[in-house]
Amino acid sequence: MTAMPLLEARQVSVHFGGVAALDRVTLAVQPGELIGLIGPNGAGKTTLLRTITGVVKPEVGSIHLDGEDITKFAVHARVRRGLGLSHQIVRPFRGMSSVENVMIAAGSRHTRHPLVALCRWSRRAERQAAMALLDMVGIADSADAEVGSLPLGVLKRLEMARALALQPKVLMLDEPLAGLNHVEAAALADAIVELNANGQTVILIEHNLSEVIRICSHLVVLDNGRNLAEGPPDTVMADPAVRAAYVGEAAA
Amino acid sequence: MQYEITLAVFMGINIIFAQSLNMITGFCGQISLGHAAFYGTGAYCSALMAKAGVPIPVCILAAMAAAGLFGLIVGFASLRVRHDFLAITTMGVGFLFIGIVRQQDFLGGEMGVFGIPGIVDDKFQFMVVVLVLAALVIALAVYLKHSWLGFAFDAIAQDEDTARTVGIGVARYKLTAFVIGTALAGLAGALYAHHVKFIGIDSFGFVESVTVLSMVIVGGIGSIWGVTITAAVLSVLPLWLQFVSDYKLLLYGLLLFVVMRFSPDGLDGLLRWILRRLIGGIGRRVMADKA
Repeated sequence: MTAMPLLEARQVSVHFGGVAALDRVTLAVQPGELIGLIGPNGAGKTTLLRTITGVVKPEVGSIHLDGEDITKFAVHARVRRGLGLSHQIVRPFRGMSSVENVMIAAGSRHTRHPLVALCRWSRRAERQAAMALLDMVGIADSADAEVGSLPLGVLKRLEMARALALQPKVLMLDEPLAGLNHVEAAALADAIVELNANGQTVILIEHNLSEVIRICSHLVVLDNGRNLAEGPPDTVMADPAVRAAYVGEAAA
Repeated sequence: MQYEITLAVFMGINIIFAQSLNMITGFCGQISLGHAAFYGTGAYCSALMAKAGVPIPVCILAAMAAAGLFGLIVGFASLRVRHDFLAITTMGVGFLFIGIVRQQDFLGGEMGVFGIPGIVDDKFQFMVVVLVLAALVIALAVYLKHSWLGFAFDAIAQDEDTARTVGIGVARYKLTAFVIGTALAGLAGALYAHHVKFIGIDSFGFVESVTVLSMVIVGGIGSIWGVTITAAVLSVLPLWLQFVSDYKLLLYGLLLFVVMRFSPDGLDGLLRWILRRLIGGIGRRVMADKA
């Protein structure tokens, strides 16, 4: 018998117009896992992630975090219960410096209620924590730079540092390696592995299959909004159905 | 001397009024084109209670509470709409306020409210009271801006959706901004009523809302010192110069246009730009001397 999953999506269905973006999709993440969520374009990976964070409401199904049903919770309430998200398309606070972007997340215990926030002034501890995170993802040099002037590679890592600053139970990374060159991608992938080795549970959506296969212990494959396959990378990638989904029906 | 005292009182009241909008629009990024409605709520509330014999400090606190409550209700509207739509909604609130007050006999209708008691008999003392309150409001603004509340407001002003992903409950924060800002507008309105001793609905219309918004924008949205200086200057200009008084709307409109076109960050942005140029110039000269 397996332990209770830390994060679970049960039979989730989402329609956009008449199109089924997700059709009874299930995802179960055990504590300490590094799960790769993969699939061709339009498979529903990002929609699943957005359903988990609460941006998209499922018509059917439920989301559970640490045994609690969070399906009806607002985005910020889910974040407070332990979901950390880095976006596929970077969304930094453009009027803040890098370190401030991470500080606002690091101080999430101060911002839980406006009255608490009103009584809290010092930002020193959060600045230190933010600097440590920027250092960990390798962009400490850009700490005081206005984010508007930073290249995509740095912003991707900034997103990850900001999500980590929330000390999430589950860290969800939506294509963190996209737009990075080979060396940068490998370095960031190694950073993700190190995080996971330190006990961080991670869901990774990624198109860079070679890195996913290299670092993930468990893969979940979606295709056309359905669960297609699941298991260790070797087994999953050897599955004819998965190969067909990736290279087209004709090759199968 | 009497004249200077009057100028200083108007300055103080307008600084409070402008800072109150700066907290909503500047700090939290929620535009309001109907802020005069809250100023008016404070003025009417305090005036009527004072005429009924209630001690004036109580009247002023009640004015703040009434304006803040009204602000909370309008704040709920801000949860549904954003940007241009919020501007239109708040503008509607402003017109609604005027429309309702005009029809109510107990609010003086078209005639207004006469014979409002002053706070203190001595004009100089009243000026001191107003300026001390203005200083306190500025201090509160500085405190808010540097607290975690101000930090969260800043995040919401920049990107609401991202603010949610760092765990900020955007709705509660917006309502907080509206309540604090509108309560302070109520304070400014109450002081105004006790100063001029007569209030009519024309003092709380769309022109007033645009005037206070232009103080915030020209000063630099979110900039405490910029808004303070602009509020002080723009509030006394029409009293100093008849010409400005005659062409007030034209002048403010022109000012808004020039600022939005050439220095969207207002006075604050302009000064920062000049400072950067100066420091850059000095830096270059030092480097040249060394070479």
